[in-house]
Amino acid sequence: MFKLLKYALYDIVKSRFALLYTLFMVLVAISIYQVSEDMSKVSLSLLNIMLMIVPLISAIFATTHFFNNLEFTELMLAQPVKRRDVFLSQILAVMFVLSLAIVIGFGVPMILWGADSSVLILLGIGIGLSVVFAGLAFLASVLTRDKAKAIGISLSFWIYFSLVYDGFVLYLIYSLADYPLEKPTLALVFLNPVDLGRIIMLMQLDISALMGYTGAFFQDFFGSAKGILLSSAVMFVWMILPVSAAMRVFKRKDF
Amino acid sequence: MISVQQIHKKFGKLEVLKDFNLEFESGKSYALMGPNGSGKTTLIKIILGMVIPNAGDILVKGNSIKGSFAYRSDIGYMPQIGRYPDNIKIGQLFSMMQDMRPDIKKYDMELASEFGLMDMLDKPMRTLSGGTRQKVSASLAFMFRPDILILDEPTAGLDPIAVEILKNKIIQEREKGRLILITSHILSELDELTNHAIYIHEGKVFFNDTTESLKDITGESKFTTAIARLMEWSLKKKQIKTELSHV
Repeated sequence: MFKLLKYALYDIVKSRFALLYTLFMVLVAISIYQVSEDMSKVSLSLLNIMLMIVPLISAIFATTHFFNNLEFTELMLAQPVKRRDVFLSQILAVMFVLSLAIVIGFGVPMILWGADSSVLILLGIGIGLSVVFAGLAFLASVLTRDKAKAIGISLSFWIYFSLVYDGFVLYLIYSLADYPLEKPTLALVFLNPVDLGRIIMLMQLDISALMGYTGAFFQDFFGSAKGILLSSAVMFVWMILPVSAAMRVFKRKDF
Repeated sequence: MISVQQIHKKFGKLEVLKDFNLEFESGKSYALMGPNGSGKTTLIKIILGMVIPNAGDILVKGNSIKGSFAYRSDIGYMPQIGRYPDNIKIGQLFSMMQDMRPDIKKYDMELASEFGLMDMLDKPMRTLSGGTRQKVSASLAFMFRPDILILDEPTAGLDPIAVEILKNKIIQEREKGRLILITSHILSELDELTNHAIYIHEGKVFFNDTTESLKDITGESKFTTAIARLMEWSLKKKQIKTELSHV
């Protein structure tokens, strides 16, 4: 397993993508740090960029990587190694590189210009989202034989969770404005990893007061130990579920 | 040594193998023949566990391959088209494969050195020609002295000198009592290398016996014409079937 991971990592690090992505993250972080001195404003801007960029890049990169490495996967499957290990080494290498890019990209400017706990949570959310979308992308990849189709499915995951879902939630809240919606909204937030990440982060920055009664309810929930535990658990489920589904399909897949 | 038991495989609606049974014994060398798309490569991939059958089982050395992976260290496999990661170098590929089999310490580098691969160990795979890739595949298949050798169109794309080297190696391994399974469309080559003929037609075993009895049955003295006769028969059988179905 570790041997396989070693070779998978070696191959992925050699591709120029990892370097470019890290560089891009560093540039984004540096430019935002230059604009403002206020730490909470910085983390808010970083959050907004991250919530758009990270899922998109993770989904696209993981899908293309899966198909570019199909030869390697086939080669490994004819060797005396477990199918599970072949799959895990591939996906872990992708997740590792994506997370490393965020940690270095956002972390280096933080070390230079200071950070607080909210920025660390931001890093955690970034890694979490990378894992979730890499998992979804691998799921899309193992379900199809065609690279273009798989990229299409991965992109629709991104569009759905980043854009369509929010519209749907807004519509629901707007049309049911006469009812108490705190708990249903909370449940809806849990069904979308991007929203979950956003809410966890927003609750760290004292701006929830701007969000009215629901904001206060959220603040109360996500501020409590139970809320933090539950929301991290849900995030964790989001990280595990697509990967394990993809692995189940991979184990039965024909090459 | 390999026992294929009632294998059934469908790709979508296409039935590639139907109720497929075969026995491969050690010390024999088999020629696996059949028209394009008759299921030869699928059968090989099922034995290797790369394709999972819808029904049936495969026993390698008496053990089912379901959920097992260790048995693959007994198999040297040379694919039809060897595809390797672009960034990896020949030397790294060799050491990676050796890393996968920690129990085996002594390697058979004879083919690699005869093919001249030892002088180009730091060449990345993407710069290699198709023939050189085939040489790499062949060297890997023989490197660990496996008991079972599965060679899918081994000489396709190789130059005549390399073909001779590979043939000699196959004959040498055959004499050591290994099980050898070769698919090819070059019949003269199969005549030289194998002593057992298996002909697959539309997902079923059409013929399975020694080369001598093949010649006896068809009444031909040459292997190539005997196979040609076999192909005629298999096509005739199909014609009769379709004629009947139109009645």
